[in-house]
Amino acid sequence: MAARDNHGNTPPWGANFGVIGKPLRKVDGIAKATGAAIYTDDIQLPGMLHAKTLRSPHAHARVRSVDASAALALEGVHAVITGADMPIKYGVIPWTQDENALAVDRVRFIGDPVAAVAAVDEDTANAALKLIAVDYEVLHAFLDPFESLVRHEPAIHADRKEGNISKHVRLEFGEVDALAKSADVVLEDEYSFHGSTHAPIEPHCAVATFSADGLLTLWSATQITHYVHRALAQVLELPAQKIRVIQPCLGGAFGGKSDPFSLEFCVSKLAMVTGRPVKMLYTREEVFYAHRGRHPMFMKYRTAAQANGRITSVDAKILIDGGSYSSFGLVTTYYAGQLLTGPYDFPSYRFDSTRVFTNKPPCGPKRGHGSVQPRFAFEVQLDQLAERLKLDPIELRRVNFQGSQTRTVNGQRVTSNGFLECLDSVERASGWKKKRAKLPFGRGLGVAGSMYISGTNYPVYPNKMPQAGVQLKLDRSGVVTVFTGGNDIGQGSNSMCAYIVAEELGVPVEHVRVVAADTDLCPVDLGAYSSRVTFMVGNATIDACRKVRRQIVAAVAKKWAVDPGRVRLMPGVAIDLEDPAKALSTAEAFQLAEEEFDTLGATGSYNTPTLGGDYRGGSIGASPAYSFTAHVVEASVDTETGRIQVHDVWCAHDCGRALNPMLVAGQIEGSVYMGIAEALLEEHKVNRFGLHQGPSLLDYRLPTSVDTPELHALIVESLDPEGPYGAKEAGEGPLHSSIPALSNAIFDAVGIRMKHLPFTPGRVLELLREKDALEESKSAGAAARGQA
Amino acid sequence: MLRCPKFELATPTSVAAATRLLADAGPSAMILAGGTDVMPNLKHELFTPALVVSLARIPELNGIRRAEDGSLVIGAMTTIEAVAANSQVRERATVLAQAASLIAGPQLRTMGTLGGNVLLETRCQWYNQSYFWRQALGFCIKKDGTKCHVVEGGAKCVAAASNDSAPALMTLDAELHFESVEGRRSVRIEEFWLGDGVFNKKINAGEILVEITLPSTPSGHRSAYGKLRERGSIDFPLLGVAARLDLGKDERVERADLVITALAARPHRVQRAGEILRGTQVGSEDFVTRVGELARLAHKQCHPLENIPGDAPWRKAMVAVYARRTLLAAAAGTGPVHHL
Ligand SMILES: Cc1cc2nc3c(=O)[nH]c(=O)nc-3n(C[C@H](O)[C@H](O)[C@H](O)COP(=O)(O)OP(=O)(O)OC[C@H]3O[C@@H](n4cnc5c(N)ncnc54)[C@H](O)[C@@H]3O)c2cc1C
Ligand code: SF4
Repeated sequence: MAARDNHGNTPPWGANFGVIGKPLRKVDGIAKATGAAIYTDDIQLPGMLHAKTLRSPHAHARVRSVDASAALALEGVHAVITGADMPIKYGVIPWTQDENALAVDRVRFIGDPVAAVAAVDEDTANAALKLIAVDYEVLHAFLDPFESLVRHEPAIHADRKEGNISKHVRLEFGEVDALAKSADVVLEDEYSFHGSTHAPIEPHCAVATFSADGLLTLWSATQITHYVHRALAQVLELPAQKIRVIQPCLGGAFGGKSDPFSLEFCVSKLAMVTGRPVKMLYTREEVFYAHRGRHPMFMKYRTAAQANGRITSVDAKILIDGGSYSSFGLVTTYYAGQLLTGPYDFPSYRFDSTRVFTNKPPCGPKRGHGSVQPRFAFEVQLDQLAERLKLDPIELRRVNFQGSQTRTVNGQRVTSNGFLECLDSVERASGWKKKRAKLPFGRGLGVAGSMYISGTNYPVYPNKMPQAGVQLKLDRSGVVTVFTGGNDIGQGSNSMCAYIVAEELGVPVEHVRVVAADTDLCPVDLGAYSSRVTFMVGNATIDACRKVRRQIVAAVAKKWAVDPGRVRLMPGVAIDLEDPAKALSTAEAFQLAEEEFDTLGATGSYNTPTLGGDYRGGSIGASPAYSFTAHVVEASVDTETGRIQVHDVWCAHDCGRALNPMLVAGQIEGSVYMGIAEALLEEHKVNRFGLHQGPSLLDYRLPTSVDTPELHALIVESLDPEGPYGAKEAGEGPLHSSIPALSNAIFDAVGIRMKHLPFTPGRVLELLREKDALEESKSAGAAARGQA
Repeated sequence: MLRCPKFELATPTSVAAATRLLADAGPSAMILAGGTDVMPNLKHELFTPALVVSLARIPELNGIRRAEDGSLVIGAMTTIEAVAANSQVRERATVLAQAASLIAGPQLRTMGTLGGNVLLETRCQWYNQSYFWRQALGFCIKKDGTKCHVVEGGAKCVAAASNDSAPALMTLDAELHFESVEGRRSVRIEEFWLGDGVFNKKINAGEILVEITLPSTPSGHRSAYGKLRERGSIDFPLLGVAARLDLGKDERVERADLVITALAARPHRVQRAGEILRGTQVGSEDFVTRVGELARLAHKQCHPLENIPGDAPWRKAMVAVYARRTLLAAAAGTGPVHHL
């Protein structure tokens, strides 16, 4: 790690912040609230054509031929493209590129794109789709991941060595079996997590133009402009210098816009073929097919512990249903094991995870990528352990706390760690001691904890260049423009940049313009995923600011003939700390600096230090800083209907430092909402025909406001030594433990263990019946013994 | 966004003009009220009418009034929200007000109409899908195909009546009044339904539902609605239960009625409800026992299918629970029975 990457958690001039830590509105808040913000679908260009995708009605089939002649003959149709027009494969992870923009010879799920049409309007394009004749040879469809594990013919990806296995990872640390043998208690159980999807309000949309001089411009609702840029160059066989990718205002992503998507290639190719701008907007149904949502996982855990609750050994075996393509699957398979090794310390750990292909929409990264499912299983198992040992579940977690400035069993470095404060905070706020195990039958409390990464040091393609870059341009008027490759997907990263610039350079936030996610204008950033943006782009922004700040301070000090240490930049003014009557406006200060140093600007960047365990895959999941979370859920169960009602969720999250507490609280609330939603209602389900069960917002049941519990966001600030002003992530961590905390609350309420998601009322009733039957047979047994 | 197929739109301003338009256009024309059912169905290409006749500009179809004989007359174009909020409906036909208050979500209730709700298309998870989806499935009997995916090998469509107003109106002995170029026709709602999921209503091409009348209810009338659904808003019923109790002297039941919907093509009236409860005194132990008996009977008589989304065995188990809770709510003058 270079010196530029570490700025300490307080600025050299002290922690007396003017902007950081204040609940300011987002820089794009007004534009969004008034409808002025420009989303991709708002873009209208002269002569623009509309494109639509023909999709496979078969879950698995060979494409023998595609005949588009009738479609091309339809009036108003400008072009039809098929797999033959873009045969080069792509995929976000360079080692597993197995996707085609349009099917080349094989379709792998119902909804897989086969051809695309550009026409004068959407209706004409839709009519043309019905005229395209595709000859399919239907193949056996794999809908059950357990089948894919053992049956490899017909292989879903013919060129894979391991049949229908997408990725297998087995890692072992310490004496797993020996420690389990010598433990006081050993718990073994099975858990499963269903699939869920992101359901952002804005569907995927892309617009492309191809200029007469060969420049391709793509506007796309993506969360990773840089990877889209690279993928376009590869697939379209264009030099990267001839491509510009821009992400307009974005209406939610949650991981669902991280991969390069078919429509981005299709509009680009169609623009190249027709010479006209081309737009494609997915229908809601198509968003469900694009998917990349939460992987279904089938998990076995064995946890061993001493009588005092100390965990000695954890052994996990996980089967991951990947759907039809690799996507981020390699990372998912690692994350499923690698991210479990905190906030608790255990001396031995083994995980064996296998991701298989099935003929379903491809899974990928959804908020809490790869680790929400194992976290669910493990935290429920910890609750079972507490029950067995008759320990308070919060106490059990305290006993196993790993501490700060430590190393995990799998060799990850942990810096700041506010997990104990998180536990204290939810314990206090929820009234845990008064309520847990003390409420009337039917109502209960549950706890769970988790950790998550603030980015990792694993760029998806190997390179030694910075992971985040920022450029500043200072104007004589006092305006600062910050150029960042970071993608604001609603999480507020543009606002975060503006706050930092305002803090560092002493300008009011409204005098900072943020230009983001435009590959022609902005330095590269790797994009909005793995909760990396605040940490990495934040540090890069501080890095750039410090450089110009030195110049501004020096110029002002020179003018006043004082020591630079006396110059303080406040929002809108520069003052002399020892003679506050001496003051200059920001614009005047900038002008002095420009006279002294020429045109003002700077670049800044960030790279992670070398991190991770010394083994293959050891850097996957290695983060410069981890966030920590604890949840307490209070829920009740209607034992007649099986319906679960979640009353309150307290979520304490250690985000290092809250650069804007209002935005952090928003992320906590959004995460908890999403976690409870997938626990109780949402299900991305593929039926026996390989069809998505209900690809609409009516049938995919997102909770409404009346279904949402009271959410209590509790911020814990551990001030990380390496984060920007000490900040860590807040966007994904707070989802994780909400789900096991709910399961554990149901146990406290009615004594049943929900080990399989989703927690439907039918399943609750079934378990209640089983429990009653067991209790009856026990008491009958006791009565019989009593008589004897 | 899904595109809406092209059609011609007519916006007549009188019932006479509308019936004329329909008669001239023949059976391919479609009536549009609030459009909250029609529009999604058009986008799914379940219907491809050449002409759509909107009733939105016909003022005579809107409003709730009390007729001289004490009955309530509700214009077919009265919005669901207006029905739910109307004080006469709330007092004299509580079950309908409660059912209306739980239809869909707030936006849809201010667009949707009572007439449209009565005439709602039956629903099925294999049918209420896009053209692409249904094509990938291979279609089904109800539209474009030959198989049923709910009852394997079944020759009959069992798509579910999913309108919350229907069971409520059945317990209220509602009468439906239609106009066409042939004149006026009235039918008791009890006789209006067909047991066929493809089309479950006895309405003729060219007929407009103009109003719904509810005969006056006796002073001891109590009623309530119970609705099972996954979310607290928006969702169609997984089960809808309408309960009516008319109480006489000493709060003894004189008439009892229980109608359950979202099972199959038509709402189901639970047999022997009156027989079981008649004469019992509300609040007595006997009453509670008999309500339990009736609920168990309802459970025996109702067979939810995998026609609409949702866990069918759970829906089946909930018949008894919702029947009992809704009857008790009616007796207590509370309700609706809903999980929120
Ligand atoms: C997301 C969503 C959730 C919903 N949830 C529910 C729910 O929980 N419960 C429920 O009952 N409904 C629900 N609905 C369905 C619908 O919103 C309501 O049933 C509504 O009352 C329909 O009324 P409308 O005026 O919009 O009917 P329209 O859509 O205009 O018409 C419905 C049908 O009736 C015919 N029609 C309408 N008026 C007349 C007339 N006067 N004469 C002859 N034919 C006529 C139309 O041709 C059409 O076939 C939901 C709809 C959506 C989109
Ligand atoms: S019940 Fe459903 S699947 Fe069967 S024919 Fe009717 S609509 Fe089609």
